[in-house]
Amino acid sequence: MLKGYGAVILDGAWLTLQLALSSMALATVLGLIGVSLRLSPVRWLAWLGDLYSTVIRGIPDLVLILLIFYGGQDIINRIAPLVGYDDYIDLNPMAAGIGTLGFIFGAYLSETFRGAFLGIPKGQAEAGAAYGMNSWQVFFRIMVPQMIRLAIPGFTNNWLVLAKATALISVVGLQDMMFKAKQAADATREPFTFFLAVAALYLVLTSVSLLALKYLEKRYSVGVKAAEL
Amino acid sequence: MIFDYNVIWDAMPLYLDGLLTTLKVLLISLFFGLLAAVPLGLMRVSKNPWVNLPAWLYTYVIRGTPMLVQLFLIYYGLAQFEAVRESIFWPWLSSATFCACLAFAINTSAYTAEIIAGSLKATPHGEIEAAKAMGMSKVRMYRRILLPSALRRALPQYSNEVIMMLQTTSLASIVTLIDITGAARTVNAQYYLPFEAYITAGVFYLCLTFILVRLFKLAERRWLGYLAPRKH
Repeated sequence: MLKGYGAVILDGAWLTLQLALSSMALATVLGLIGVSLRLSPVRWLAWLGDLYSTVIRGIPDLVLILLIFYGGQDIINRIAPLVGYDDYIDLNPMAAGIGTLGFIFGAYLSETFRGAFLGIPKGQAEAGAAYGMNSWQVFFRIMVPQMIRLAIPGFTNNWLVLAKATALISVVGLQDMMFKAKQAADATREPFTFFLAVAALYLVLTSVSLLALKYLEKRYSVGVKAAEL
Repeated sequence: MIFDYNVIWDAMPLYLDGLLTTLKVLLISLFFGLLAAVPLGLMRVSKNPWVNLPAWLYTYVIRGTPMLVQLFLIYYGLAQFEAVRESIFWPWLSSATFCACLAFAINTSAYTAEIIAGSLKATPHGEIEAAKAMGMSKVRMYRRILLPSALRRALPQYSNEVIMMLQTTSLASIVTLIDITGAARTVNAQYYLPFEAYITAGVFYLCLTFILVRLFKLAERRWLGYLAPRKH
């Protein structure tokens, strides 16, 4: 049915999965940094965090990808000669893709984490302080474990959006499953077949993610009473 | 000087044309998307599985696959079939603008349908009971009570969806449309100034986003004022 292109597309799917998982890991780290900035009592740090999340969330992913991939490469090569490096520097699409998606979704996750931290009752941190914990201990022992439960729905959403956004990285030449499908479609003149196959693979990825995150949500909500309607 | 903005200044007419294209595609797809979303949202709250399931499947598949794949399926994919190429719709389906609007409208209809369904389900019980107590038929209850109240309460979430759609329209540039992103790509192709070209596009989108946020704030004040917390 796929005229021998099945294996090639599956190869691309593996790359897509790697890209998505690595970007999400980077985004989580950047999201935590972003939220620490935004909730920081230091004015200009909070302002910097807000700027990051507002600007990134106001610009389309595709524009950011083009900006960081082509623009970033351009800037690097304009600056490199100034510091005495004369060879042309080529950005690796995979590394650039992880960097870009991580940077974009870090901004979205900082928003999710902010909501989650603000959702923890104030008394919790106060009780921690009353037990003589220092602020690091309060943060990691009291706040983070409770924040995870509150952040899971937003985290799930961001992961699903990120998984789908990986398709855009094919535009800058990463040979993910979208790129491979386009090649196969051009070679066989059967675009519908191949894009449908890619759509199905993405649907599998999002469905499995939904199931996994539902399980996670259940685990982290142990001991929390749900409101019955 | 590292940056060169003279070229960008000269290309401003191109960006402004792009802005018009972006707005045109956005408005067309939002209009038809919303038009389809209302019946789909109503189907999603139905207790009859024969009504609910097709709508569920539609929103699940559309929301579970990337927009780019949907766009490619419609723009490149449909041409694979002889029957499509010979049908009376071909003049439309071979146009990039039409395909982009169609793909975006389908996409937003699925997300909006879920928003409307969620809003309908969150209707306060008392409103429904009051409508029943007044002896309203089901159709009249939906028309007079449920839909007006649910659509208003969906406004904050719908504003997010509209902003997401604004960003999604940038994909139109991949299928040759010259929207804001397309203008930036053209400028980059002509002068090789990727940083300046895409930063300018980003500023355009950022301004559009702020304007949309502002407009929706005004709309919420107008139509959701009755739900705002009381000011002392």
